[in-house]
Amino acid sequence: MKRWLPSPKLSVALLLMWLVLNQSLEPAHWLLGGVLAIVGPLLARPLQPHGYGYIARLPALVRLLGMATVEIVRSSFNVSQIILFRRSEGVNSQFIRIPLDLRSPHGLALLSCLINTTPGTVWVDLLPERHELLLHVFDLHDERWWVETIKTRYEQPIIEVFEAPAPPGQGGQS
Amino acid sequence: MTALDAMPWWAALTASFLLVLGGLITLIGTVGLLRLKTFYQRIHGPAITITLGTGCILIASMVYFTVTQSRLVIHEILIAAFVLMTAPVVSMLIMRAALYRNQYDSRVVSARSVPNPEQELVERGALQPERSFAGDPVNAHEGRTSPRS
Repeated sequence: MKRWLPSPKLSVALLLMWLVLNQSLEPAHWLLGGVLAIVGPLLARPLQPHGYGYIARLPALVRLLGMATVEIVRSSFNVSQIILFRRSEGVNSQFIRIPLDLRSPHGLALLSCLINTTPGTVWVDLLPERHELLLHVFDLHDERWWVETIKTRYEQPIIEVFEAPAPPGQGGQS
Repeated sequence: MTALDAMPWWAALTASFLLVLGGLITLIGTVGLLRLKTFYQRIHGPAITITLGTGCILIASMVYFTVTQSRLVIHEILIAAFVLMTAPVVSMLIMRAALYRNQYDSRVVSARSVPNPEQELVERGALQPERSFAGDPVNAHEGRTSPRS
């Protein structure tokens, strides 16, 4: 079982993708999708140097994505407003550094996707020696606020999603 | 426009509102490319096109086809998923390329103004440049070279 289906969630996602793509629930498409769901992960396994991610808490992931969606819409309107009504010279675009506690490669990938999808912020690089994130912010008001926001609203939930529940007494909630 | 006539008014209203909103957002993102002065500001313009612009237009498409074909049409979700998975990677790559170019430029300028044999060797490719790829882009951004420690 483990050998043929290294990641059941990925297989289910591929099968669903195939069915949605063909907009049909016919047996033939279930069959083709099933083949794709089994062969796809097997072929893609060598491309995953860190192995498959393990989602420890699905509700936390759903909550995080919901929060990110609201944030994306909100900052889209902010960025539109800046583009339309402010002069380019008056916009305070800056690089800032944010120290990260997150170590899981899958978590970092998710964090970078969320940050880059949110208009107004672009992930630039992860400085390896101090594990700091270099971030470019479109209109910077308060650097401290950004560090706080990224750490509490994005990083903490992602740590919660990808890391197994900590034994009681060790939970470092902030 | 027979299909549009057959639509109930609420669906037509929703779809057209979302289409106009998505089109406007896309337009604003493009205007950003025109109005903003530096590269690092311009990279933020298309981000709103990718997220809110695409989102509105795709939801409008879902509403329109679901109502006119009287069945659930949701395969636009796949477009959204693929765009949201690939666009961040592209913007990160462009950002890094710009930083690299910026640092390379400032290094060349400093090598010309201040003769430095090590810099020249690095330029000719004889020496491997040390990994200071994002060493101090804050300074590189403003055209100054970062002091080496």
